[in-house]
Amino acid sequence: MTLNYYLVLSAFLFCTGIYGVLARKNAVLVLMSIELMLNAVNINLIAFSAFNHSVSGAVFALFVITIAAAEVGIGLAIVLLIYRNEHTADLDEVDELKG
Amino acid sequence: MIAQQVAFWIIAVAMALAAIGVVRSQNVVHAALYLVVVLAGAAAQFILVASEFVAWVQVLIYIGAIVILFLFGIMLTRAPMRSEGSLDNSQRWAAAVVSLFLFGVLAALLINAYGSKEITLDNKLVVVGNTDTVGTAMFHDYLVPFEVVSLLLLAALIGAVVIARRD
Repeated sequence: MTLNYYLVLSAFLFCTGIYGVLARKNAVLVLMSIELMLNAVNINLIAFSAFNHSVSGAVFALFVITIAAAEVGIGLAIVLLIYRNEHTADLDEVDELKG
Repeated sequence: MIAQQVAFWIIAVAMALAAIGVVRSQNVVHAALYLVVVLAGAAAQFILVASEFVAWVQVLIYIGAIVILFLFGIMLTRAPMRSEGSLDNSQRWAAAVVSLFLFGVLAALLINAYGSKEITLDNKLVVVGNTDTVGTAMFHDYLVPFEVVSLLLLAALIGAVVIARRD
């Protein structure tokens, strides 16, 4: 297997995630795009782990998965709180801090 | 070897199309289901380079837990199932330009840096990816980071309860 296949696939997923974060309006969809980006990082870590025959990449991929879970939990709690106070999950309408 | 290449390309194309579906779909639930395809494809790619333990953790945590959390989030925020307005904001084209530019830079850089270096698939690789090796590394070399991550998870758990609590 060529290492570059994995790296370019991962770069593609990462850039798709960036597009989603920038272009989506709904907060839950932005969180999903962040998951795409974290998953791209995991693919990179596993590819290099296999390339170097080192277990460190796999362990760090597990850490990334754990932190992704924590991030989604907190993120969705914040989105729920915003929805409860503003009655919308639309990020363009949450602009209280705008002067 | 050839079978692995074919499997890689089939899964990679499915993942790429599903990833575009996640960011382009006008139905929030469909976006979550496309996300499942991407995550399952990633797990299959991990199997292809013999990282079996991470692959199954990916299936359990990502598909089993995180996507379910997303579906709960969609349900509780009553996200529009039928698009009343667009789910995208006005900076869609700028975002497309930024991400395409970044992809071009990254792809050129990676191809330039790693050329045609190969991942050698041998018995040593299978040993590196199996549960025994990963578990030993995690509870031996990475014990302190592991404990820190467990504290982080506890903090996230308490934080989520405190933030989302109705009072």
